[in-house]
Amino acid sequence: MKLQTATQHDLALCEVCGQLGKLANNAQCIRCATRLHHRKPHSIQYTWALLIAAYVLYVPANLLPIMETRSLFGVQRDTILSGVAFLWNSGSWILALIVFIASVAVPMLKLLSMTLLVVSVQIKNTMAPLPRARLYRLLELIGRWSMLDVYVVAILVALVQAQSLATMAPGPGVLAFGAVVVLSMLATMAFDPRLIWDTANQTEINGEVSTHANQSTAA
Amino acid sequence: MRDLTACPECDLLLNSTHVTATKGGATCPRCAAELFRRHPDSLERSLALTCAALVLLFLANSFPIVGLNIQGHQVETTLFGTARQLWRDDMPIVAVLLLATTVVIPLVEMLAMAWILFPLRFQRRPPGFALLIRALQLAHPWAMVEVFILGVLVSLVKLSHLADVLPGPAIWCFGALMLVLAALSTVLDHRTLWQSWERAA
Ligand SMILES: [Zn+2]
Ligand SMILES: [Zn+2]
Repeated sequence: MKLQTATQHDLALCEVCGQLGKLANNAQCIRCATRLHHRKPHSIQYTWALLIAAYVLYVPANLLPIMETRSLFGVQRDTILSGVAFLWNSGSWILALIVFIASVAVPMLKLLSMTLLVVSVQIKNTMAPLPRARLYRLLELIGRWSMLDVYVVAILVALVQAQSLATMAPGPGVLAFGAVVVLSMLATMAFDPRLIWDTANQTEINGEVSTHANQSTAA
Repeated sequence: MRDLTACPECDLLLNSTHVTATKGGATCPRCAAELFRRHPDSLERSLALTCAALVLLFLANSFPIVGLNIQGHQVETTLFGTARQLWRDDMPIVAVLLLATTVVIPLVEMLAMAWILFPLRFQRRPPGFALLIRALQLAHPWAMVEVFILGVLVSLVKLSHLADVLPGPAIWCFGALMLVLAALSTVLDHRTLWQSWERAA
């Protein structure tokens, strides 16, 4: 059976109600009157802008302290990584691992994977659309868990206040880190997963023609 | 045209009659993206879970989350107290982020759900339906109650090295809220909502 896509027939799904509609200038959904778009508008540009902003903030997020503890023994400044190290050294290995995954591994892998996806779409790569689509679905699912450290800092700071022992205050790193999480979530939302399939779909539709052409050039 | 639909993720054109629906719903035959879900009494159950979530959200914010006992000196904090402290420490943006993701967005989401589901349940069209559905779609990824629970657990462990920690009643309310929200997102299906909207007058 030949592959049929919505694009081939100038059709597009309504973003709000999921109704299939005919694309035209200023076309509206017949059910809910939302403007129809073939793809999310300016998907690649928005994704790049948000990704670059996230990369820039990723540096201070990891270098600046996220928390400052003042006690009789002086001031201790904790970054994300030193927080993980503290949990590890105090014997809470499972929690250390959870915090490491949520705060260190996920943000970095998410930024790198999104970059990979956008670049693969821009160079019109047709390889492995399904694994790439799965990767995108995974990114949508796990991005939110990076907010973990922001919550931990918030609770610690609220509790360890005006005590005789110590006071904790949030450091500038937590602001940068929160911004990285929000920006990378926005980048994932701005990206349109159908872009991953567009080139592959086009190649499959023109399948026979292009393989024939390739053979003749090879010969 | 009525029978046609497309996969929202890979653009494959599908005939609704060809989509092999299992009991729970249907997925795209090529990329396995979820096309729709089917649940018996979807509207009634969603409405019940929405009401439960509103009650739990109210309780979770009225009780302390964690308490500390440092040499006989007791401190405890609610979610609002946590946000207030961040605000005082010159972190208003982080305070807003905290309140938005754990209270404001879940609350607005649940109120919008109640606004939509009550009339639909009685075959009436709720005013502003399409607008609210759009708002719900945009708001949904930003409600992070389950991440907050994990954050509370991690801080409990960190604090246990400093002093005696006392888990507050709000932890259980947040835990229950997390389960109710998870149940709600499996029961609720946007296709069902639109179908009920089309049937309603
Ligand atoms: Zn529509
Ligand atoms: Zn698909």
